[in-house]
Amino acid sequence: MSTNNNSNHKYIMEAQDLDIFYGSFKAVTGVNMKVERNRITAIIGPSGCGKSTLLRAFNRMNELYAGTSIKGQVMFDGEDIYAPQVDPVEVRYRIGMVFQKPNPFPKTIYENIAWTARIHGYKGKMDELVENSLRQAALWEEVKDKLHQSGLSLSGGQQQRLCIARAISIKPEVILMDEPASALDPIATLKIEELMQELKKQYTIVIVTHNMQQAARVSDYTAMMMLADRQARSGTVIEFDDTKIIFTKPKDKRTEDYVTGRFG
Amino acid sequence: MKEKVVVEGFENNLGTRNRKGVLWYALFQASTIVGIIALVALMLNIINGAFGYVAYEAKVDPDTLSINGVAVQDQSKEQLVALLQSKLSSGAFNKLNSDKPFESRTREEVYQVVIDRIIRPQIVGVWNLWPSLTQATEIRATVVKDHPKAELDFVSWLTSGFVKRPQTSEPLTAGVRTALFGSLWTILFTILLAFPIGVGAAIYLEEYASDNWLNRIIQTNINNLAGVPSIIYGILGLAIFVRSLEPLTSGEIFGLVDPTTANGRTVLSGGLTLGLLVLPLIIINAQEAIRAVPRSLRNASFGVGATKWQTVWSHVLPNAIPGILTGTILAVSRAIGETAPLIVVGASTAISFDPSSPFSKFTTLPMQIYQWTSRPQDEFRSLAAAAILVLLMLLLSLNAIAVVLRNRFSRRF
Repeated sequence: MSTNNNSNHKYIMEAQDLDIFYGSFKAVTGVNMKVERNRITAIIGPSGCGKSTLLRAFNRMNELYAGTSIKGQVMFDGEDIYAPQVDPVEVRYRIGMVFQKPNPFPKTIYENIAWTARIHGYKGKMDELVENSLRQAALWEEVKDKLHQSGLSLSGGQQQRLCIARAISIKPEVILMDEPASALDPIATLKIEELMQELKKQYTIVIVTHNMQQAARVSDYTAMMMLADRQARSGTVIEFDDTKIIFTKPKDKRTEDYVTGRFG
Repeated sequence: MKEKVVVEGFENNLGTRNRKGVLWYALFQASTIVGIIALVALMLNIINGAFGYVAYEAKVDPDTLSINGVAVQDQSKEQLVALLQSKLSSGAFNKLNSDKPFESRTREEVYQVVIDRIIRPQIVGVWNLWPSLTQATEIRATVVKDHPKAELDFVSWLTSGFVKRPQTSEPLTAGVRTALFGSLWTILFTILLAFPIGVGAAIYLEEYASDNWLNRIIQTNINNLAGVPSIIYGILGLAIFVRSLEPLTSGEIFGLVDPTTANGRTVLSGGLTLGLLVLPLIIINAQEAIRAVPRSLRNASFGVGATKWQTVWSHVLPNAIPGILTGTILAVSRAIGETAPLIVVGASTAISFDPSSPFSKFTTLPMQIYQWTSRPQDEFRSLAAAAILVLLMLLLSLNAIAVVLRNRFSRRF
């Protein structure tokens, strides 16, 4: 992949006719969607329609699950991340991920970030990097006196912000978030949502969420996923538009039913 | 509480359900009690053999060795040496002198030689702990009647001297030092072979190997190998290490001339054979420890762009190491107690010198115990009981080390 960060494509990522398979089972069918730079793109839809599967395909995390494969393209900065010459490790370096369950390393708060930076050859001032990352993740004030305590000693919401700090410490271009607030209480959720608004000034965010209010509150664009075909149990994006349009005057009847709470 | 109104189609069976629970509870408790009884019986049996009365008679009455009224135990070193010179044949005396010159021996050592070679106490009766405690007067009466010259002592067969002395054919002076060193040397090579290979294979199978038919066959075979009888590993060790690799295991290719004619039946062969024996156990235990590392941790590492190796080295292994160590120590404990493969490999049963290199002849604690229990005289059974206590202490201290190591590594976070 080119390391040109100043590319002028308006869309940093784009899925083109993307099919995702678990073995011979086609979990996601025919996805076409674009991810705009410095915007938050939400993926919503009922359980089991392939939201997380689609998100994992955006940084090749899906390959860590045995038997997965894809058809079609996922373009990043104009290049297919599944092209044979592309190293998946570099893809995950440049397209970071925050998971549903907070998963800090069982190391100190400081080491969570320092280890991540070190493996990517960071040679600068580590203390500064740790502080800046924690500040950007709105966690610094809460942990500055206990940097050398275990990351696991924090509360769930703090752990999740530590994971975000860890993800942004290596300056990814896109951050994928897989239901980042679903395991948190409303206050911690609010903090994460405020944080996302801050982060989108520098990063592009794609978020999967179960929570339609959350999608409506934080995102600029929304992709509505649903099982395309009830027999095949294969999910697809049925509508992709401005979040405002999706939640006020969706074109698809199924989207309207879903966002107004009539089913799903 | 008022009784619940019976809903049609349901019956109130709470009493039956509770009675069933109590029955199962009693069964589980009984199983535990049976296990504990077996363990206590085992320990009592060993302790019973390791202590008790011993009656022994001197071949030569020490009183006849007094010089001018000075008893033999109070004589000076020079007097004792002179005594040896006069009582032993000149050949035997010279041999003792060339083993270790008398000038460099302490008085205590010379006195020990006097006891071994001139006074020569012979055991005429041995009693276990239980009869020694309950029938002391009868025992005393029997000894006075049958062996008027014999001395009766209450002894612990397990003494610090027992651990420090080399093996001899005299029960009163026999020790387990030779066997203890043999066991430690053997285990060293067992660990050196089995730990790195076992952990390496476990990492490969868990983290790298894809799920195809070849790897499934390998996995099944490892699981089966863990159940192969140990004597079969002995035959394998005999064929590979003792016979085929003799130049290596006898130290020949390192230019060593073997004065003990071990012919490959060395510490190294024994250790490597036991290493093969425990290798499948270590692989399986390490695999389980690696598998227990949660997926979320691997995801976290891969999610920040770590490579497979960085993930394994920095996250999977540190989290799996307590489990890997516990599994390894358990496997090594099994190896320490093994006798059958070492018999086949050709461990010595009667040697009195400590192993000094990987290419020495050796015996081990279980071999020593086996050899002593197969002797007809009672006193050797007491020696075996004492040696079993030494073996148990060795195992317990190894397990203690495992616990300490595990706690230390677990505190990393």
